[in-house]
Amino acid sequence: MSEPAAVPVHHAPRGFVRRYIFSTDHKVIGLQYFFLALFSVLVGMLLSLAMRYHLTNPDAKVRLFEMLWPDGAAGGLMTPELYLSLMTIHGTIMVFFVLTTAPQSGFGNYFLPLQIGAEDMAFPVLNMLSFWTTFLALVVLLAAFFVEGGAPLGGWTAYPPLSAIPAAGPGQGMGMTLWIASVGLFCVASLMGAINFITTIIDLRCTGMTLARMPLTVWGWFVTAIISLLAFGVLLAAAVLLLLDRGAGTSFYVPGGLIVNDRLLDHKGGSPLLWQHLFWFFGHPEVYIAILPGMGLVSQVLSVFARKPVFGYKAMVTAMLAIAVLGFVVWGHHMFVSGMSPYSAIAFSVLTMTIGVPSAIKTFNWIGTLWGGSIRFETPLLFAAGFVSLFVAGGISGIFLGQPTLDLYLHDTYFVVAHFHMIMGVAAIFGIFAATYYWFPKMFGRSMHSALGKAHFYLTFIGVYLIFVPMHSVGLAGNPRRYPDFKEFEFLAELGGAHTFISLAAYFTAAVQLLFLANLFWSMWKGRPAAANPWEATTLEWTVASPPPHDNFGGVTPQVHQGAYEYSVPGRSRDYVMQSEP
Amino acid sequence: MAASLTTGIGKGGGVPPIGSGWGGGGGGPHGHGGSRRASFTGLWVLLAAIIMFFAALVSVYVVRRGISDDWVATPLPSLIWWSTGILLASSAALEIARRALRNGRRVQFNGWWLAGTTLGLGFLAAQYMTWQVLWESGYYMASNPSSAMFYVLTAAHGVHLLGGIIALLYVALQAVRLRLGPGKRTIADVSTAYWHFMDGLWVFLLVLFLVRG
Repeated sequence: MSEPAAVPVHHAPRGFVRRYIFSTDHKVIGLQYFFLALFSVLVGMLLSLAMRYHLTNPDAKVRLFEMLWPDGAAGGLMTPELYLSLMTIHGTIMVFFVLTTAPQSGFGNYFLPLQIGAEDMAFPVLNMLSFWTTFLALVVLLAAFFVEGGAPLGGWTAYPPLSAIPAAGPGQGMGMTLWIASVGLFCVASLMGAINFITTIIDLRCTGMTLARMPLTVWGWFVTAIISLLAFGVLLAAAVLLLLDRGAGTSFYVPGGLIVNDRLLDHKGGSPLLWQHLFWFFGHPEVYIAILPGMGLVSQVLSVFARKPVFGYKAMVTAMLAIAVLGFVVWGHHMFVSGMSPYSAIAFSVLTMTIGVPSAIKTFNWIGTLWGGSIRFETPLLFAAGFVSLFVAGGISGIFLGQPTLDLYLHDTYFVVAHFHMIMGVAAIFGIFAATYYWFPKMFGRSMHSALGKAHFYLTFIGVYLIFVPMHSVGLAGNPRRYPDFKEFEFLAELGGAHTFISLAAYFTAAVQLLFLANLFWSMWKGRPAAANPWEATTLEWTVASPPPHDNFGGVTPQVHQGAYEYSVPGRSRDYVMQSEP
Repeated sequence: MAASLTTGIGKGGGVPPIGSGWGGGGGGPHGHGGSRRASFTGLWVLLAAIIMFFAALVSVYVVRRGISDDWVATPLPSLIWWSTGILLASSAALEIARRALRNGRRVQFNGWWLAGTTLGLGFLAAQYMTWQVLWESGYYMASNPSSAMFYVLTAAHGVHLLGGIIALLYVALQAVRLRLGPGKRTIADVSTAYWHFMDGLWVFLLVLFLVRG
């Protein structure tokens, strides 16, 4: 490192509360989001383990279940309603509080201002409000477990009429109301975050940081923020109307003549499809909200560790923008089985297939970036390469599901579960892991243990394929999803072995994550002290001390003279040129 | 408050004037121009989110009206024309105030700003009275999809306007504390632009109620 590390001019607030709790420093807020997501992912993972255990041992009496859910698991035996409520909270917590929160709000908050040479986000107080609203949303969501009736049953998509009628089942009363409140709060928090991200990128770039010199991570956060801005308002509107249907006697989503628990409802004239359209208008872009920051990060990491410029920078940016635009016009492919006109189904199908084009461009360019590089096989690179593998493996089954004729058969099977876990869940999680290993030295000034990190990668990589490849087969064999057990179905009996295998693979993969947790917390305090630029990367965050001072650049606004991917430049004494070097 | 609002007469700010139009400014990202620019960018981005929120509600309005035969138009009380007039007047008052501030006429600014804020509160009061008229005629939230949509859209608009009122009062507070002037007026400009947008949104909703009632 030739650049002098910055020293702070503006010091952080001295009081503990202002400095670490109600902080307006984007780095502290980024870490708050990171740890919120870490807590959430552990809760979500434990819920999934409970579900997998129940699926393979439906008659088991588990004392732990009874201790956690005295009503839903009296005597330790899990009721179908409890299973469904675990599924709902698992999906909700993973989609919103992990996949939406960690890559964008967590790493984005921490590194966006650093990478574009800004002192902080454009609106620091709004940033703080955004985090605490997210925190409140998480508390409200988890509270659903502890109210009468427990958590809601309808999955993270909350389809009416089930979700619109409090009397429809346990969990559909107060639990469902809390779910809607939580999602509404999360929408508001995400909108505040999106406004901050977009404004910061447009207006706070330092001198010389042209759009074409922005790291692809910044492009990923930018495009994601634009999608969030346009999508979350729609979900918020839908959620408000759902609340009114539940409490104010309106009928937006509830049709007439509905009998629930032997009682004819007063509602009339509404349409459950209305909710599905609004929900998926948000819900499909949400998939890209989860994955686009990962795409940006993977481009970054592959380039740094292959010691090569990103292959096709402009094509990468264009592909992200194309994915964002197409993401808003394909929501109907979630609704092929809703009875929609085959003509609109074909339109949605063709548009869905079109997303394969920018996706293929990205994959091609990632491989092109690695091709012929002097690859350094560090942990971040492994997870980034794993991301590419999972993105392709999970994307291919999307081409099956994007066709109405195939989707009619596959839609309510485990094939869909395997598909979206692979691409939206695990691929995005690999992006989060890559980001954690890559930026850990900057965030904490220490290095994570390399051998442990690599072991974590290989075992997790094998583990997730062991879970989700057989799950595709189980789905193809016609195994329905959202069923708490399969005891009653003779034709599923021979799939019992596959389900046991999947469950064992899930326990194994979950256990491997202990390696990550141990590495993370051990390295925070005991890890080897890291240099300011341990990976020899070019972007601005590596020009400052680790961890960066409160005001990022010590009161000196950096100047940028280079693109973000100047590696192996001929005629230079070392194989990279910092963005701030003349 | 009127008296204290006018105490800022003649105390010019030391900050040099900044660009004259909407979203003007310039300079580095950390200068005053940069913060003015960021404030306007933040506003435009916020408005995009608000447009999507109302677009979702309006699409529900159109679809719900189209899919079933239980839609009975809700008659609009004549009071609604008064509230529309009040809102348009408040926008005009705020615009005059904004321009006065730009030209350094702070007494004028204070008066017009106060008028605009009061008219804004008047609009909200008039909207509430419109609801009362509807309640008295038996049109409740659950009566019909059309009345439900009327309440939802007017309430959603009202909540956004309430946020605007808070901004207007904050600007007034800044005026009281002598913190505004030709070189420090971004907050007044941004609030006025937001208010004009809410004004336009209301006219759009009114047209929707009239044409597709």
